[in-house]
Amino acid sequence: MQQIINFFLRNKTFLLFLLLFSLAIVFTIQSHSFHKSRYINSANFLSGGVYSTVNDINTYFDLKEENLKLQAENNRLRDLVYNNNIKTNLAVDTTTKTNYKTIPALVIKNDYALNNNVLLINKGRQHHIKQDLAVVSPKGVVGITDRFNSKYTTVLSILNTNTLISAKLKKSNHFGTISWNTKSPKFVQLTEIPKIAQIKKGDTIVTSGRSAIFPSDILIGKVKSYQLDQAENFYTVEVELFNDMTSLDHVYIIDNKDKTQIENLLNNSNDQ
Amino acid sequence: MTNSLIKHPLRFILLVLFQVTIFNYVNFLGFINPYPYIIFIVLYPLRNNRNLFIFIAFLLGLSVDMFSDTGGIHAAASVFIAYIRPVISKFSFGALNEVYSIKFNNIEFLRRLTYVSLLVFTHHFVVFNLEVFNMSHILTSLKLTLFSGIFTIILILLITTIFSSSKK
Repeated sequence: MQQIINFFLRNKTFLLFLLLFSLAIVFTIQSHSFHKSRYINSANFLSGGVYSTVNDINTYFDLKEENLKLQAENNRLRDLVYNNNIKTNLAVDTTTKTNYKTIPALVIKNDYALNNNVLLINKGRQHHIKQDLAVVSPKGVVGITDRFNSKYTTVLSILNTNTLISAKLKKSNHFGTISWNTKSPKFVQLTEIPKIAQIKKGDTIVTSGRSAIFPSDILIGKVKSYQLDQAENFYTVEVELFNDMTSLDHVYIIDNKDKTQIENLLNNSNDQ
Repeated sequence: MTNSLIKHPLRFILLVLFQVTIFNYVNFLGFINPYPYIIFIVLYPLRNNRNLFIFIAFLLGLSVDMFSDTGGIHAAASVFIAYIRPVISKFSFGALNEVYSIKFNNIEFLRRLTYVSLLVFTHHFVVFNLEVFNMSHILTSLKLTLFSGIFTIILILLITTIFSSSKK
């Protein structure tokens, strides 16, 4: 017994080092797996507060540009309304039965130089945010919500090696999966597009709507280049994002009201 | 005594704040970020309580991780360099091992450079390897370690020089 205690006393620095180092490694491993409970994240009072203060200052520098972006989006939506003869007055009528609910939010922390980039937005449980909701910007897909507290939520960016999004070619509806190879924040990779698909440079890639997270036909990007994979069965497509992921400000969170039902259905059919 | 009781916590908070609000967003050439928050570990007066020092280094890294959503990579790297700091300072300062009885900036430049570079490169090597988390990308992480490391070393030498001269 005496010897054991002596051993601990003699090596206490090394043991402390080993303990803390392995703790840090455990945190790291958790951060490399999708939605694994992460104890250390920026969706908390302290970092949320610091980042919103910094963001309050930073927003002044690109007010003009942001306003132009929002105006362009308004313009596009008005075009849609007038051209499709939608008879509702958008400003008043909120009672229409819809499946999707959108929540506006501000990006207060944006990363794009790491391998697993995580954004922070200023909406949380108070604003009915849940895990696994779609986050989009006026120009296209941004990411998927992850951890949240009452006021802040972290978003797994599309530029995160753990984020996989189901996507399709807009013109031919061939499905594939979007992932990121960490090379450039401007490009993501679309894999598993069958060889039979007729693919051309400049084709538009949109979300497929196959998962309950993203509604279908949300813009992602356009085809920059493509090649057959090693087995020569599938294309690997380099997709240029419409979004400039390096400057994000206003985003929307999309909540699919049928999501729980869809997931229950899927889980039940898996069990049987 | 009270001076150091205020000085070190203040330095801790300021370094973390500057790291997460400014230095994480430098993105020089698209991907190079410096990590000068480890000045805290470089300058901490290590006399006898090594355990406390290692623990504070862990907290320092963990705060940076919390802000940048990186899991525990900075915590791991900070604890690591805090643990091996005595070895590195013995290597760089040799007989002058008791460096903290004299001013950091009074040490010969070459010795200071060796000491800072060894700490920075070790720290960055751990950080980038844990971030990539894939041994087949070791060349990428070595490249990042080199570029980012040079950036950090320059910043650390500049910051320590500027702030020491003003305090006499």
